[in-house]
Order: sequence, then structure tokens, then C-alpha cells
Amino acid sequence: MAWEIVVGIETHAQLLTRSKIFSGAATAFGAAPNTQASAVDIALPGVLPVLNRGAVELAIRFGLAVGGPEVIRRRSVFARKNYFYPDLPKGYQISQFELPIVTGGSIQIETESGSKTVRLTRAHLEEDAGKSLHEDFHGMSGIDLNRAGTPLLEIVTEPDLRGAKEAVAYARALHSLVRWIGICDGNMQEGSFRCDANVSVRRAGDAALGTRCEIKNLNSFRFMEQAIEFEARRQIELIEDGKAVEQETRLYDPGRNETRSMRLKEDAQDYRYFPDPDLLPLVVSEQDIERIRSEMPELPGARFRRFTDQLAIAPATARVLVGDKVLSDYFEETAQGASPEVVRQAANWIAVSTNARLNDRNIGIADAPVRPRQVRQLIERVVDGTISGKIAKEIDEVMWSAGGTPDEIIEKRGLKQISDTGAIEKIVDEVLVANAKQVADYRSGKEKAFNSLVGQVMKASKGKANPAQVNDILRRRLKG
Amino acid sequence: MLNSSLAELSAALAAKQLSAVELTRLFLDRIRGMNATLNAFITVDEERSLAQARVADERRGRGEAGPLTGIPIAHKDIFCTRGLRTTCGSRMLADFTSPYDAHVVERFAAAGAVTLGKTNMDEFAMGSSNETSYFGPVRNPWNLGRVPGGSSGGSAAAVAARMVPAATGTDTGGSIRQPAALTGVSGLKPTYGVVSRYGMIAFASSLDQGGPIGKCAADLALLMNAMAGFDARDSTSLERPAEDYTRCLNEPLRGLRVGLPKEYLSAGVDEDVLARVREAVRWFESQGASMAEITLPNTALAVPVYYVLAPAEASSNLSRFDGVRYGHRARDYANLGEMYRRTRAEGFGAEVKQRILIGTYVLSHGYYDAYYLKAQKVRRLIAKDFAEAFARCDLIMGPTAPSTAFPLGAKSDDPVQMYLNDIFTIPAPLAGLPGMSIPCGFDRQGLPVGLQIMGNYFSEAKMLGAAHRYQQATDWHLRLPPEAAP
Repeated sequence: MAWEIVVGIETHAQLLTRSKIFSGAATAFGAAPNTQASAVDIALPGVLPVLNRGAVELAIRFGLAVGGPEVIRRRSVFARKNYFYPDLPKGYQISQFELPIVTGGSIQIETESGSKTVRLTRAHLEEDAGKSLHEDFHGMSGIDLNRAGTPLLEIVTEPDLRGAKEAVAYARALHSLVRWIGICDGNMQEGSFRCDANVSVRRAGDAALGTRCEIKNLNSFRFMEQAIEFEARRQIELIEDGKAVEQETRLYDPGRNETRSMRLKEDAQDYRYFPDPDLLPLVVSEQDIERIRSEMPELPGARFRRFTDQLAIAPATARVLVGDKVLSDYFEETAQGASPEVVRQAANWIAVSTNARLNDRNIGIADAPVRPRQVRQLIERVVDGTISGKIAKEIDEVMWSAGGTPDEIIEKRGLKQISDTGAIEKIVDEVLVANAKQVADYRSGKEKAFNSLVGQVMKASKGKANPAQVNDILRRRLKG
Repeated sequence: MLNSSLAELSAALAAKQLSAVELTRLFLDRIRGMNATLNAFITVDEERSLAQARVADERRGRGEAGPLTGIPIAHKDIFCTRGLRTTCGSRMLADFTSPYDAHVVERFAAAGAVTLGKTNMDEFAMGSSNETSYFGPVRNPWNLGRVPGGSSGGSAAAVAARMVPAATGTDTGGSIRQPAALTGVSGLKPTYGVVSRYGMIAFASSLDQGGPIGKCAADLALLMNAMAGFDARDSTSLERPAEDYTRCLNEPLRGLRVGLPKEYLSAGVDEDVLARVREAVRWFESQGASMAEITLPNTALAVPVYYVLAPAEASSNLSRFDGVRYGHRARDYANLGEMYRRTRAEGFGAEVKQRILIGTYVLSHGYYDAYYLKAQKVRRLIAKDFAEAFARCDLIMGPTAPSTAFPLGAKSDDPVQMYLNDIFTIPAPLAGLPGMSIPCGFDRQGLPVGLQIMGNYFSEAKMLGAAHRYQQATDWHLRLPPEAAP
């Protein structure tokens, strides 16, 4: 019996504002406890929230990126979500409930079976809570309200995702998008980008959705994949054993790679939402939207199409480049003023070679020691025949470890490609003399021996011989 | 001196007939003499008041005095005052001192007024008799067996007894106007959004509005000049050009169109109250104002609507009093849930608990539409009643409360009777409209009767003008209760 795994994702993206959503306190991460908590954040008697329009602008930017002006509500309403918890100072969280700032929109993801549109239900503004600290307080709990009031955009999908891989593809695409448009730093370790997954299973072909469980604490893409896979298996086993899945909230434990129950639906709190009388309805004007739209960067989809259609970059390569705005900006700088062939090769170089080095060093492209101008010169030297691709890798290695421009390194190390026919012929002749056996093998029909001879020639030239010329000369000599 | 208007006191200070320090001492002496009986003040800090008075005198000496410099006032204990405890009439905040000043407190400090202390009030402003205060009931200076009204009963009683020339109050469903009426003083609830709520401990945010309580309308106008104005820290504060609330004080009454709502002048209102209100209305008529009967058909729905909406907001507003960061915390508890339960069980009084329960109930899943949403709809109908009425008249007049001051304990066991005492004061805040109460005589027991004047949005100056003209022709506002006799 085939099962279908249905997933919807809720993401809390911390918005990149300098101050909190309803107070003037700073939002910087890592300050000493309670040093970034104002009277409003502490919820002293008599204080009132004042909306930070900066947070609203970032939410509008998101709406424009996922759907354009039509998904942005011109009038949205802040509501109070009431519950008691020590790190929730007011006893309610200010959020948006019935009328969120963004309704609808979608995000494009790439799956094994091709491109897919994931529909968004909504995105709404809300404030974060503080943190409870349960260690070092001798049977008591500490409360740090630095994070209380930090602006969040909660982004909710429809149950459009099928399985853990698609869920992760969505989460990665969203992660990339929020950083691309500059609304969230995406730092999952610091909790700036937090995902919960709603997981249910149903028999293939069933129209109705199964009972879902919400999985919390998915603070990496790897954990998200593992958690959804575990949870789907658990639900399938329950049903196959003739039991029912109960709607509940479950917590993922990465140490044991399992999910476990936090609370059942019956235990869910009644949040008693109602419009916050301290805040006026949030009104967004057409001028606001137009201004913010004019300030938006080119979006990943548009850039992908430009790369593939205008720059003739292979779709797979273009997809890697637009996976990260800084990486694709790096490529754009490299490609600036270069010939079409250099642009095409530079795209491959950055998508493959540069990316691999970044991964090895575990750094972002912004911290790469080799800058676009160096990459462009390197590729230009390959394309104009000064060096071979192999030498280019060598030069790249030098640039990453010691710096310098390709031309300097070529000059200093004498890496210029040998394209002088006479010089190559001399090396070829020496190699043929020294490798009589391979020559004989080749002549008796063993094509493999040819490759070995090419290798010997390249080795003898210290890799500098022009490979195309080596091939030609060798073939000619072996024929004769 | 006791009956001098603020303008007269200010003139006396300017003429150096007495200093702010002397004036402050005069009233501090009265507070010391009367507070044990009236219980109008929760906190008095004489040294602090005298220090402020000295600063005011210095300021006057430098020629930098404004109309309120050196004038003693008192703040309802709902306004946060830095360095002077703010209890909100509750055990929950019995030892709470705010690290910041409310906007209204800042404004009066900037004007150079001298704060004599913090006045008693119903706990978290929930009450119409001042009997719910953790610090004990306030007594009505006109009859010590009677309530002063509430929730700003301490401010009203203090002004009535001339323990202070003027005081601040807050009004959610009548908490300025009803105690003003019951103690024979003048009180104004401004248009919602005119006075910043920053630093005013919230009861029901969409209704709460600070306002002045004083001996006469002219004083209220001066106090409004200090209190009103835009404050960016309150998102519901209205950004409008500053106005001079004294500007209409001497406007003639000829041509003024007064609406008399038949729902307010009807059975259920004490005979004496109706008689005094009718006499006042006749005086306005005699001055050239035209009278028209109007109807506010949804008046009877105002009390039930209010007792859905105000508790709903209160249940949420009071959630912050959880014992975690400040205020009362239970001594013994085994876990977090118990800490919350005991803290709030001990910290809140019965009326507050009752309203938190009502509010929690009406916001609950499955009840929200039937109560909260329905009440919001009726609230709009009530506002529409007024909009239609103000198309026909400039001011609306009627009784402030259906009865004069009732005996202590008379209604404390019957919440519905208690709530019905606010039937005429609840509609204006539901519509966000300004309303005021001025004394217009006495009942046969010698208890003051209040005339309510309501106006359209931002018509405070016009209302104050009409009230001032009436007070120039009458002396009800100058009568002193027996307790206050010099």
C-alpha cells in the first residue's frame, strides 16, 4: 500500500530591524540578559506598544516577493493572543489573527520531479517572547526578556508539500528568499529562522487529509528531514496497526532522532484572540507599496530567467548561483564586461569550484579571499589559451592560499601554456622514445595506450603543453 | 482660599500674596486633618511635595511661571509616578513604585504643578463606589455614611473636601463624572485620544481616558490645557493642533441647541435628581439656548455592552500582574501554576476577579461571536445614536447618575444595581465622546446632584463654556460639605 506524506510548514523569520516591533529597545543578539528590555518589553504597568513601521516594510517586501501588491492587505489588524508564561511579560502576545498583512502568494521550489509551486496561506507580523533559562538558578528559572518584542514574520504554507525532501526544498527556498530580500539573516543557530512542520499521511489517491501532528524544534534542514521522515513512519505504523493518529504537538529530539508528544489537541490553550485596542488597524498605502517595490532587488526567479535566457547559462548552474544572492552578485561582478564564453565558463567555475572551496572552508561567499576580478582574469586566460583548465585550478589554489592575480602567478611561476609546435614536438618525440611499449600497444589497437602517452607528454611539460596540440601532434607522429 | 479658582490661586502666587510652599502646606495640613476620616489619599509624601513647591517658587522667581506653576494637585493612583508608589488601589501593586512618570504626570510636572499625593480609587478602576479599593473605601464628605462614587472617588472627595484644589481622574464608564456628581464637584472626560494613556494603568484600553476633576469648569479648562495633547507613545493618541480649552468660557449661550434625551429623563431616575436637572436645563433655556427632546434609543444596551467589552479588555490587560517581574507574589507555591493562582488570588480583590472571569468567558472559544463581536456591533449602534443626535443639537444634557450618593454597602452585594448606576455615563465612552458633570443642586437629603453635559467629538471647549456660564450664575459648585468647613 502506497502512502502519501503531506506537509505544511510554519516559519518564524526574525525581521532585520534595529529596534523591536513595539518598543525602541535594540534587537541585537547575545547581549547580557535583560539589558535590551525597555519598560514596554518588561510590560510595566501603564506602558503601551507603538508599531515599528520598519518591521511593516519588511513584511511588505516579503509580500511583494511572493505574490506582488495583491497579496498585501491594505488594512490588517493586530490581535492579542492570551496565555500565561513567565517569558511572556504582558500575558499576551501581540500577533495578527483574522486579518494578517500578507494573504496568499507562493514560492517556487525544485523537486526531483521538476519545478513546483508551494502556496502560502498567509504571513503575519508578531512579537517574539523572551527566554526562560532553567540552568544555574538552583531550582528557580531565570527570565531573559532581551528577545521579547523582537519582530517576527510568521509564514504559513498550505499543505502542499509531499514528503520530507520537498519540505526541506521549500524551507531552503524560503531561507534563501528571506535573505535575498534582506528581511531576515536566516541564522538558524541563533533562532532567527525557525520552522515547524505539520505532518500527516494518507493512502495514495485519498482526497481527504489525514490527522496532522505539528513538529517543533526543527532547527536545521537536516533535522527537518529526519523529523518528518520519522514522524511519517510513526503515523503510517500507527494506522497500519489499526490505530489512529491523534492531533497533537510533538517535539523533535535530534539526539534520539525521534519525535515525542508535547501536548494533545484537547490540552491546547484557548488563546482568546481579540483585536488589540492599544494599536490602530495597520493601514498600508499604495504609495508605501509602490516605494517599497521600487527599492526591491531583482528576485531569484527573474535572475534565474535572465541567467538562462540571456547569458546562456545551464539551468542547473543558474539554480546554484541564484540559491544565494551574494553568490549570484559575485558571479554578476565576475561576468561584468566579459565575453559570452568567459561569462559561461565563469558561471560553471563559481557554481562548482568556488562553491566547493566555500564548503570546504565553511565560509560564505562574502568572506572568500578570491574576488570576482581575479576569477574573471583566470577564466579569460583559459579562454584565450594562455593556460589550460588544469593550470587554472593550480592558480586558483595559489590565489585562495596566498593571493595574487592570475597574470602575476602565471608570470612568476612560468605557467604559460606551451603552444609552440616545435617545442611540443620535441617533448612528444622524447616521450615516444622512452615509451616504446605503449607505442607498440597503441599500434596493435589498444586505444587506451594513447591516453597514457598524452599523460606522459603533459607530465613532461609540467602541464603547460596545450592539450589540443599535444593530441594532434601525437596522433600525427603515431600514424607515421 | 479654599474656594478660590485655579486662576485666582495663580494670581495670588503671581502677586506674591503667598508662596507655593505656603499654599502646599495649607493643603497638606488639610489632608493631614481629614484623610483619616475620608481616606481620599493612599499616598502622601509631604517632603516631596514641599520640594516641588520650592522649585515652583524658584521658577516663579525667575519669571518662568505658567498658570499652574505652584498649584497643588493630586493624581489618581492609576497614574504612574516615578519615585512615589503607584498602587492602582490594589494589593497587587501595594508596594509598587514606577520607574517612570505617566504622560499626564509629566505634563503637570512640566507646568510646575505640585503633586500632593495619590488618591484612592476602586481597585484597577473597577467600581462605582470606591468600595473595592484594597486601601479601604473613601467616604463622601457630604455624608460620611455615603459613597463618593467611583472609581475616581478619592480625587472627587479630595476636591470636594478642599484637601486639594484639583486632581486627575480617569473615566472608563463614568469614573470621573459619576464621583464628581456624587461629591458636588466638576469633572470632564475628554474625547477618546485627547489625553495620552501612556503611564495610566490600563483597565479597558478602548474606553479609558484621563481627565480633570476640579471645583469648576474654568479650572477644568486650565487643567485640560496641561493634560491634553499628542503623545507618540500612545498609538491611540490623536495628533491635532494644541487647543486652548479656556477659549469658549465666555461665549454666550444664545442659539445653543441643547438635546434632552428622553431615555435619560425618565422613570428610574430619582425624583430630586430629575427636578434639579430640569431646573438647570430651564436656566439654560432662559439664557437663549433652545431645547429639543432627542432620542438615544440604544441607551438601555449600553450597560450590558460595556460589561462585555470592558471586562474582556481588562481580563487581558491584567494578565501582566503575574508575580513574575513586579508587584505581589505569593509566598508559598510548589510550581508555576500555583505561583500564578496564589499570586492572583491574593493580589486581586473580588470585583477585579469577577470582571477577569467575565472577560475571560466572553472571549472564550465558542462565545466570542455571541458576546464580544455582538457587543462591538451594538457599540457602533450607540455611536450612531449620538451621531444622529448631534446632527440636531450642539450639546446633550441630562443627569450624570440616576441617584445621589448611596450608603456604603448598599449596592456592594448587588453588582447589577451597582452597574446600573453608570447607565448614563457609559454611553459616551462607548462612543468615544466627551462628557462632563457639574453640580446643579442638592436632593432633600442635602446630597449633591450632577448635571451631565455631553458634546460631539472635540467639543470640550464648548461644553466647558456652557458649564462656566452656568457656574457664573449659580453657586452650587462653591458650597462646602460639612466636613470641609474651614
